[in-house]
Amino acid sequence: MSLYAYDQIDRDMLADRAAEFRDQVGRRLSGALTEDQFKPLRLMNGLYLQLHAYMLRVAIPYGALDGRQLRALAGIARDFDKGYGHFTTRTNIQFHWIKLKDAPDILDRLAAVDMHAIQTSGNCIRNITADPYAGATAEEVDDPRVWSEAIRQWSTFHPEFTYLPRKFKIAVTASAKDRTAARSHDIGLQVKRNRDGQLGFEVMVGGGMGRTPYIGPTIREFLPARSLLSYLTAILRVYNRLGRRDNIYKARIKILVASTGAEAFARQVEAEWAALDEASIDLPDLELARIRTAFGVVPFETLTERSEAFEAARAADPAFARFARHNLAPHKRPGYAIVNISLKAPGETPGDATAEQMEAVADLAERYGQDDIRVTHAQNLVLPHVKLDDLPVVFAALQRHGLATPNLDLVTDIIACPGLDYCALANARAIPIAQDIARRFEAPDRAETIGELKIKISGCINACGHHHVGHIGILGVDKKGEEFYQLSLGGSGAEDASLAAILGPALSADQVAPAVEALVDVYLDLRAGPAERFLDTYRRLGAAPFKEAVYADAHQA
Amino acid sequence: MPTLIKLEAGQFAEADDAFTTVDAEAAIPAEGAVILSLARFEAEGAGLLDDGRRVGVVVQPGETVEALAYDLPRLALVALAFPKYRDGRAYSSAAVLRTRLGFKGELRAVGDVLRDQAREMVRCGFDAFVPADDASTEQWAAAAGRYRHVYQTAADRRAPAFVERERE
Repeated sequence: MSLYAYDQIDRDMLADRAAEFRDQVGRRLSGALTEDQFKPLRLMNGLYLQLHAYMLRVAIPYGALDGRQLRALAGIARDFDKGYGHFTTRTNIQFHWIKLKDAPDILDRLAAVDMHAIQTSGNCIRNITADPYAGATAEEVDDPRVWSEAIRQWSTFHPEFTYLPRKFKIAVTASAKDRTAARSHDIGLQVKRNRDGQLGFEVMVGGGMGRTPYIGPTIREFLPARSLLSYLTAILRVYNRLGRRDNIYKARIKILVASTGAEAFARQVEAEWAALDEASIDLPDLELARIRTAFGVVPFETLTERSEAFEAARAADPAFARFARHNLAPHKRPGYAIVNISLKAPGETPGDATAEQMEAVADLAERYGQDDIRVTHAQNLVLPHVKLDDLPVVFAALQRHGLATPNLDLVTDIIACPGLDYCALANARAIPIAQDIARRFEAPDRAETIGELKIKISGCINACGHHHVGHIGILGVDKKGEEFYQLSLGGSGAEDASLAAILGPALSADQVAPAVEALVDVYLDLRAGPAERFLDTYRRLGAAPFKEAVYADAHQA
Repeated sequence: MPTLIKLEAGQFAEADDAFTTVDAEAAIPAEGAVILSLARFEAEGAGLLDDGRRVGVVVQPGETVEALAYDLPRLALVALAFPKYRDGRAYSSAAVLRTRLGFKGELRAVGDVLRDQAREMVRCGFDAFVPADDASTEQWAAAAGRYRHVYQTAADRRAPAFVERERE
């Protein structure tokens, strides 16, 4: 048991939702509802009409799921889609080839494993992002999933916040190292303890991507943990009442915070909060304890720090050693590791997994991973609790299923949105660009020499590929019907958050991978040493040498 | 005539509308209950109330209901306008009216009012609805009551899941 265990109330909610949507789809298929009338209803169930078919976005609350759930997703991929699914930067999964008539059956199947598509679209509070290492990393102050689950329940069908000016995204992290891009969210919550040891949150508001990216400022250094939901209510109410509704590109809370000023906005929130009936909104301690308990206790074994099986495999198999160097993270318990499973095999679509791959991961989680699986905002998967002793077997199984790519946070671990291959909003394709770059850096030694380098690709200004916070960001633009790509450098979505700056004129599709290669060559040439990341070299030297390399190369090409 | 659906003691029922909504430029009828815009109420409301007339005010999403705070006990009705169903500001206005300003009179949803919003409206404290989608009282009630539980406290004071769980 490692997931929040649904009780009858949680299950009734999903069953009621599935029944409601079945009725709405029935009315649409019979013609009682027009597409116009149906649109807002399907959008509240994560059903989009895309370029080729309906797309269903299924929520994976704070990116956590178990084997049973991942198997159900695999079944849906096989029975209702083309045999695969796409994990998103919001830690959800999308199925791109859905038939409307099947959607109610899919929701029923999801409900049977405590899953749903609630609030995966529409101008409401979306799925919460949490640290994928939650419950496994020694860095964390407290388990962010407990607070994420509290927010999930509070925000589900919140009657006051279902028709916000625009969509709304919340991230919860509890470690100094931020794996959630908290300052790129509408609200970022950093769990911390104050000097008295009291648990609480640093509250950041108004970060975001899109046309006008912002790094979210802190509006409260320390909010006592038990006041979380009332404080969120205050923020959301101020936003719901004052956020712009005349222009969808100015409707996110980041615009309100920026135009009001972070300090003035904070004062509005504090005034609203002071006037709220906190006691009726905030969860009683008993309920918080119930949620915490409902996550269960992982039955860790008492192990030694060193595993002979692990060391032997590392010495014998260079491929395993490489995987261990890049895809493992330290676990809070001796003898365990956090295993990152890259969905970025060179030549594949970033974030895609086949039904067979999902089943393989489910199997490994059940047998070796405490039945716990996480999805990361970088579109990879995590097995948070694997014994070092079991790693050689787990690695071999991952290899068999094309899931052992040893490239976490390396140049080929690229984030990309679905782009023009699927999305009706896109200006340009993102996936083939990612594939081009990944092929060019396929040699693992070279990728390892380059070290941490986060490339993020968006097919349009809506920035679903997070290009603003890429060490190298790539944005697809349309120039007179042709796809062009704008490069930006120096962004970060981590604890050292910053926005990338545009390097120069946009490039044609076939110039992008060579340009990335030129950037990398300059970096390798100029870095102070192997410990200096691409991002650090850029920050130290500025854009000039990089610009020169790319545009000199582009002219020759 | 659009249907007026009222929620009383947990029951939805079709009701006659005793109020006349007075347009911006129109003359105020000589007698009977009226609904005025906020601006017009501020200019002319006091006199009507002194005459013992029943007066309601329609508040647009860009206007703040706090402006009515001192007059609320004298108002028979507040109508909150939904120019488009997607404009959710009136939900916050309703919540503020009920939970902060203690308004006990009729709270009416007018404008682009659709049955698929019935639940949110009821939960935020609305108790009168003029559906724009020709929803019948039965359809409205079915949409409002489709869910057996709620997760959070709202103006309707329905017991949320965390209170239900405590009782078990």
